[in-house]
Order: sequence, then structure tokens, then C-alpha cells
Amino acid sequence: MRKRGFFIGFLLVALVIAGAVSYLADSDPDGLDHATMVGCEVVEVDGAERLKGDCIAQRAREHQLSSSPLADYAVGGDERSTGMAGVLGVLLTLGLAGGLFWLLRKRSTT
Amino acid sequence: MSTSVAMHMSDGLLNATTSMLFIGVAVLGLAVAAARARATLDDRTAPMAGLVAAFLFATQMINFPVLPGVSGHLLGGALAAILVGPWVGALCVSIVLVVQALVFADGGITALGANITNMALIGTAAGFLVALALRRLAQHGRAGLVAVAFIAAVFNTVLASVGFVVEFAMGGETSFPLGTVAATVIGVHCLIGIGEGVITALTVGAVAAVRPDLVYLLRGTERPLELRTAAGVAA
Repeated sequence: MRKRGFFIGFLLVALVIAGAVSYLADSDPDGLDHATMVGCEVVEVDGAERLKGDCIAQRAREHQLSSSPLADYAVGGDERSTGMAGVLGVLLTLGLAGGLFWLLRKRSTT
Repeated sequence: MSTSVAMHMSDGLLNATTSMLFIGVAVLGLAVAAARARATLDDRTAPMAGLVAAFLFATQMINFPVLPGVSGHLLGGALAAILVGPWVGALCVSIVLVVQALVFADGGITALGANITNMALIGTAAGFLVALALRRLAQHGRAGLVAVAFIAAVFNTVLASVGFVVEFAMGGETSFPLGTVAATVIGVHCLIGIGEGVITALTVGAVAAVRPDLVYLLRGTERPLELRTAAGVAA
């Protein structure tokens, strides 16, 4: 029983982080993005952010799946739904990873 | 709100040859990891490994500030390796990266090989090797384990960023001075590594407090991990 309690607790922590704490995430570019943007500055063009200047990020291509329903951790592009997207992501990852590892595991012979 | 670049390397930063080469490296690495993972996966550790992957997905959503205008987030290789071992750990991080790229449009698809190589293979290997080297300290008590988790996570982050620099040197847009790129990427990841270390230490410490039997790095410990008094730890 204690064993199951730990697993449920671990999952709940992950769900709370993805579903609620994710709203507190810093929206600044991460370390890698920051490095690719050295040499550029972000400017507003027609209400959208564009990069001005010469930097590695200018070479970055738009993601082929950028219009997928959960793109950029939002359901249907609604930024308020980050938590919902996060919860779906946690459950999807758990399903995929858990399923794969369950299939790969050694079966006990007892 | 955000620019066109995603959290992980986007498509277009590396040329096609280099992208393909690292897709090959990733596939090869994951095939070896999957074969080796079997040895440590059983009815008890398989659910734990699935939860570690889900936890990494959740935690990677939390970008924390490291400098004005710059954030960082967990990569998770050391965390996964300490909890479920290096082979299963590499698979955990990879599954997260695949879900992020294919479902959340985060991280390019042709760049997926390079991203897996950096975060799942290099990061996990670096974190695990450091943790393995310090295993005696980790088995000495929970404070030791937490310290080892922190140090392993710092190395995991910094070496994963070195992986990006190597890939960029091999097949990046060469009109950008490599030295500047290297200094910026590695410098910022030294700071991100501290955040990675804190999250890893907290998580490993929490799991060890409740279920030390589920911490891969503590396997084979002669005596079960015991709680010590403050005086005992300080000594």
C-alpha cells in the first residue's frame, strides 16, 4: 500500500507542477535560445515579434508542427490553457514511457 | 509573447548532413540504452521509470530566471540516471524530447537527433559518471546523496551545452564566430546548471527520504540508508 502511495504522490507532484506551477515559468528565452539570439534584437513588426540583425536564430525554421493542437504548450493556441496542456503532456508521457518500460521489463517468474 | 525559437534547438541551426549524422548517433545510442535497460526494469522499477519521464516533462515546463532576460530549465539527465540508472534514464529523457517535439512543437524534428544526443545521451552519461565517481559519498547518508545529485546535475547541464557547441562547430552556420557562441552557451549553462542542481538535489532527496530502495544509485548499499542526527551529518 505504501508503495502505491508513493507512486500516486509522485504523479500528483508532476501534475501540479505541469498544471499549476507552469504558469509561473519565466517567459524569457532559455540559455540556448539566448545564445542563438546574440547579435539580434527583438522588434515589434505588425504586432508580432521579429528578430532584427544577424544571429543564429535567424536561421531557425518554423516548426513543421507549429499549428498542431498543443503547439507551444497551449490548447488550440490559447495561452491561458498552459496548465491543461501540461497535464495532458504529463499523462501522455507517462502512458508512452510507462508502456514502453512495462514491455521492456523482465517478467518475474514467480 | 515568445519568439519563433523553441526551448530546444530548432530546425535550421545545423546543416542537413550534421542533423542526419546526429539522428544516427541518437538512434544508435537509444538502441544500446534499450537493450541495456532491460536488465534494470522489473515490476517495481518500470512504473518508477514511467513516472520519472512524466516528472521530467512537467519540470521542463518550468523556466527559471538565470540572468536578466535569460531563463533556463531542467534537462534531467542526472536526475533520471540517479533515480532509474543511466540506460533507462537516457530513454526517459528521450521520450520527453520526442513528446515535446512531436506533440508540443518544441524542438525541431530534424534537430531531434542532436537534441537527444545532447540532453539524453551526453547529459545523462555525464551526470551518471559523476554520480558513480562520487557513489561512496552518496551512500554515506542523505546529505551526501543530495550533494552528489547537485554536482552530477551541474556537469550534466554544462556538458550537454558543450554537445551543442560541438554540433554547431561541425555543421552550424559558420559566419557566426564559434568562440562567442561557445562562451555564451557554456557560460549561461554554468548558471542553469546550478538551478538544475537544486531541482535534482531536492527531487532525489525527497525520493530517498520516502523510498531509498527506488534510488538506483543507492543499489547495492550494504546497510539501508538511515537518517542521521544533525551532529552526525556535520561531522
